[in-house]
Amino acid sequence: MPIQNYIWLSIALFCIGVTGVLIRRNAIIVFMCIELMLNAVNLLLVSLSKYHHDASAQIFVFFIMAVAAAEVSVGLAIIVMVYRHTKSVDVNILNRLKN
Amino acid sequence: MNALIFTAVFGIFLMISGLFIKNKQPVRILSIAGIIAAFILNIFDLQKFGTSATGLFNGMLSVTPFGLLFIEVVLGCVLVYFLLSGKDLANIGHYTGEYFALIFFILCGITLAATYGNMLMLFLSIEIMSIPQYILAGSDKHNLKSHEASLKYFLMGSFSTGFLLLGIALLYGATGTFDITAMNLAGGSIDTMALAGIILIAFALAFKVSAAPFHFWTPDVYDGAPTAVTSFISTIVKVGGFVAFIRLFHIAFGSPEINPHWELVLAIMTAATLVIGNITAVFQQSVKRMLAYSSISQAGFMLFAVIAMNMLSWQGILLYAAAYSLATIGCFAVLMKMKDYTYDGYNGLAQKQPLLALMNTIFLFSLVGIPATAGFLAKYFVLSAAVEKGGLLWLVILAVCCAAVSAFYYFRLIWAMYFKEGNCEVDEHAITPAFKGVLVLTALLVIVIGVWPDLVLMWIK
Repeated sequence: MPIQNYIWLSIALFCIGVTGVLIRRNAIIVFMCIELMLNAVNLLLVSLSKYHHDASAQIFVFFIMAVAAAEVSVGLAIIVMVYRHTKSVDVNILNRLKN
Repeated sequence: MNALIFTAVFGIFLMISGLFIKNKQPVRILSIAGIIAAFILNIFDLQKFGTSATGLFNGMLSVTPFGLLFIEVVLGCVLVYFLLSGKDLANIGHYTGEYFALIFFILCGITLAATYGNMLMLFLSIEIMSIPQYILAGSDKHNLKSHEASLKYFLMGSFSTGFLLLGIALLYGATGTFDITAMNLAGGSIDTMALAGIILIAFALAFKVSAAPFHFWTPDVYDGAPTAVTSFISTIVKVGGFVAFIRLFHIAFGSPEINPHWELVLAIMTAATLVIGNITAVFQQSVKRMLAYSSISQAGFMLFAVIAMNMLSWQGILLYAAAYSLATIGCFAVLMKMKDYTYDGYNGLAQKQPLLALMNTIFLFSLVGIPATAGFLAKYFVLSAAVEKGGLLWLVILAVCCAAVSAFYYFRLIWAMYFKEGNCEVDEHAITPAFKGVLVLTALLVIVIGVWPDLVLMWIK
């Protein structure tokens, strides 16, 4: 299969993620959409790695996974902290900060 | 690579020490000792690698005299920050060891940002810098504003990380390598994939250094985070983001063939940052929020160093990092002693605490760019770098006009301190002779760098 198909698939997945972040109001869903963006990049990197016959991109994918896991642990802790205080995970509460 | 390893190990050590040391004081002193140790260890590195670029770990790191000197400047600023605001940082909550440990982890990310030689290390450095910040922004667990700042920063920060990664992946697709020196974008025609990658990386990094139009998170996060944390993330971490920015764009995308493709994008970004940062800062009533917008407008000046591709811009970013960090840390140190964070809260400070008011005035002068302060020389270096490059005169003129606008909101604070009658409330107990001494030394440093910039610059000649 030509490399273009993989690239377009990854870009499409990435755009779905971006759209989700921009239009959804639930913090957990927004968070899942960010993960979708990262995984779209993982897919792109793996296919490009095959295309270039170079393993370094696959190593990069492992690092992205590890960092994403660290980010998930911090992010979920923050969401839980906000939930305990406000009993809601709606990101619209963020607008309260604006003057 | 002493500083990189030391800050990471010392961070873990501090985190564990939080289990055994219950008092706040020993942890603070331990961290100050740790920063001094990192400072000294980095001097050894400067002597060892101080002459030319050296690749370490199979080219993953590229240690240059500039990078090491930048780390030295950052460590010096963190030392000043710990001495001035360490107590406020320790008093945010019960977990003193963790706060200082997170600061050391961020420092580890900054040392990586100053020495990376590979896109993988760039990504890791940005993430190591960012993730502890999300936690620190939410460290005031009883304050809803702090929670919201943390959540907002986290969602926006990881969103921008996605763009950074897509940019890196597209660039890899175009060049077949992650090594920033081996990308060879100049050879042959430049394809769309590489250009899209460069622009996406520029957007993601602009987000991290809060350049417009990606600045929208900055005022809310800086306002909501505990003031001691804001002082850190708006200075040290921001200049850490800039060192990643300038190294990537000068080393990897700096060739004359590829430079014109991104120059205009960054120039527009700079203009927007300067205008939006300065104009909105004028309308703020809270000094903390004003300093947040001022950090956006100062980021606009630092972007000049990224656009102008010459020796002056490297020197300029070093000076700007030192001048901006010292002055802003000083301003925040005074702010933390006030009970009321509005301009009116500063009324009559000159009568009550003449020394604090005078030192704050020096810091504000440096932020405006009054001659004989470090801020003036830093602005002079970055702007003359842009003039030397040529073709950016409109941007330089705009920057000078914006610097004039910035005088309005900085001088408004001086006006409140000196010429307004009022009874400002100050936390008298926190203003110890030691605090005053460090504040005076910081102000002296600001003036000394402003008169004799070679104090910083002579090490990279």
